[in-house]
Amino acid sequence: MYNFNNLYEPTSVEEALRLKKEHPQALFLAGGSDILIKIREGKLAGCDLINIYNLEELRGICLEDDGSILIRPLTSFTDVSMHPVIRQYVPVLGEAVDQIGGPQVRNIGTIGGNICNGVTSADSATTLKAYDATLEIASLDGIRLLPYTEFNLGPGKVDLREGELLCGIRIAKESYENTSGHYIKYAMRKAMDIATLGCSVNVRLTSDKKHIDRLRIAFGVAAPTPIRSTTVESKVQGHELNEQLLDIVSEGALSDVSPRTSWRASKEFRLQLVKEMARRTTKAAVEKAGGTING
Amino acid sequence: MANKDVHCIVNGKERVFSVDVRSSLSDMLRGKAGLDSIKHGCDVGECGACTVLIDGKPFNSCIYMAIWAEGKTILTLEGLSNTKGEISDIQQAFIDEGAVQCGFCTPGFIMASIPIIEKDEPSSREEIRRQISGNLCRCTGYEHIVDAIEKTQRKRIEQKKG
Repeated sequence: MYNFNNLYEPTSVEEALRLKKEHPQALFLAGGSDILIKIREGKLAGCDLINIYNLEELRGICLEDDGSILIRPLTSFTDVSMHPVIRQYVPVLGEAVDQIGGPQVRNIGTIGGNICNGVTSADSATTLKAYDATLEIASLDGIRLLPYTEFNLGPGKVDLREGELLCGIRIAKESYENTSGHYIKYAMRKAMDIATLGCSVNVRLTSDKKHIDRLRIAFGVAAPTPIRSTTVESKVQGHELNEQLLDIVSEGALSDVSPRTSWRASKEFRLQLVKEMARRTTKAAVEKAGGTING
Repeated sequence: MANKDVHCIVNGKERVFSVDVRSSLSDMLRGKAGLDSIKHGCDVGECGACTVLIDGKPFNSCIYMAIWAEGKTILTLEGLSNTKGEISDIQQAFIDEGAVQCGFCTPGFIMASIPIIEKDEPSSREEIRRQISGNLCRCTGYEHIVDAIEKTQRKRIEQKKG
């Protein structure tokens, strides 16, 4: 038995939003792989829940008419990684969420839950940040659009206001077109582990494949929230594909991160990881885009 | 707390369970249906000892609300035996390969391995390990478990060709 107090079971998003307005203290329950565990651990014992797991309108992925990719929040990690639209246009997102937990966890865990938790280690967060995803946040007043880069307010804190529910994650065509990405998760174990550090890079090369047209880089566990390294991004604009590029990425990343020491790793080790992973992830992304370093 | 009827297919049979809405699927299947293959190991989705297949995919039944099972098709280890009560090839392989020691994790491992042994192409040992990475065994060291899964998968592929 889970020790919760009240359970509300809406049959539509609209009803879910109404229930949330009536019971602002109640938590939306998606896949439950965080909430049900926190209830077991006692941290959320006695809470009220609004069960949205069965709301099919919040599940699935589609390619919209304007070319943007819409990911509904209740889509499981398994379904994200297997979906043909993701595999074709943003395979790195599938590769990133395929490194979460184990098969059972990836079947129940949802991408919306992953980012709404607001933890810095969320494996989907870095790639979604690096692709400038836009969030569609519903309330009874309508839909609010928010760049995902502005969503995280602090550890475990996100910009979901009273009565709001995430109902869509959108990646614009301009953001993924002619763009290749790579994600590296550094963890102690190959499975069932939380990232010690995560790095997601995507690049768009110039048509001759010799220069960076656009590079975006994001880190997880390198700061209290998942972050983009804008210093690096502006420095490498138009840069030739060579070792110097990797040096700039590697050194530049250090100026945007602020990792801490935890039981998993020391601050110093994380800084070393930032430098090395920024370099390796960028190199891999460039190669996936058809470029070669010093080629 | 209110009770609710949950309609689902468990091991091929249509069932209705009246459950407290606070129940996990593991509570329902072990407590109400008497399916003792489901182990309450960690109860937080880390050990995989409560793994069942829901619509063909492995889930930890300890972190799955019983009410979510409405309309689903669930398979537990008990559902692997044939009508005569004989055990399945994967269960026999676990015995033959010495993949069972204390046995507590075994039903979970076998259920987690079902999607792999049903594949048409042989999986590498690395792929098999990845598929069972959500299950913990503290006795065997995993090698014999991987052997049992690998051999069963190969046998089934041979049979399909044959």
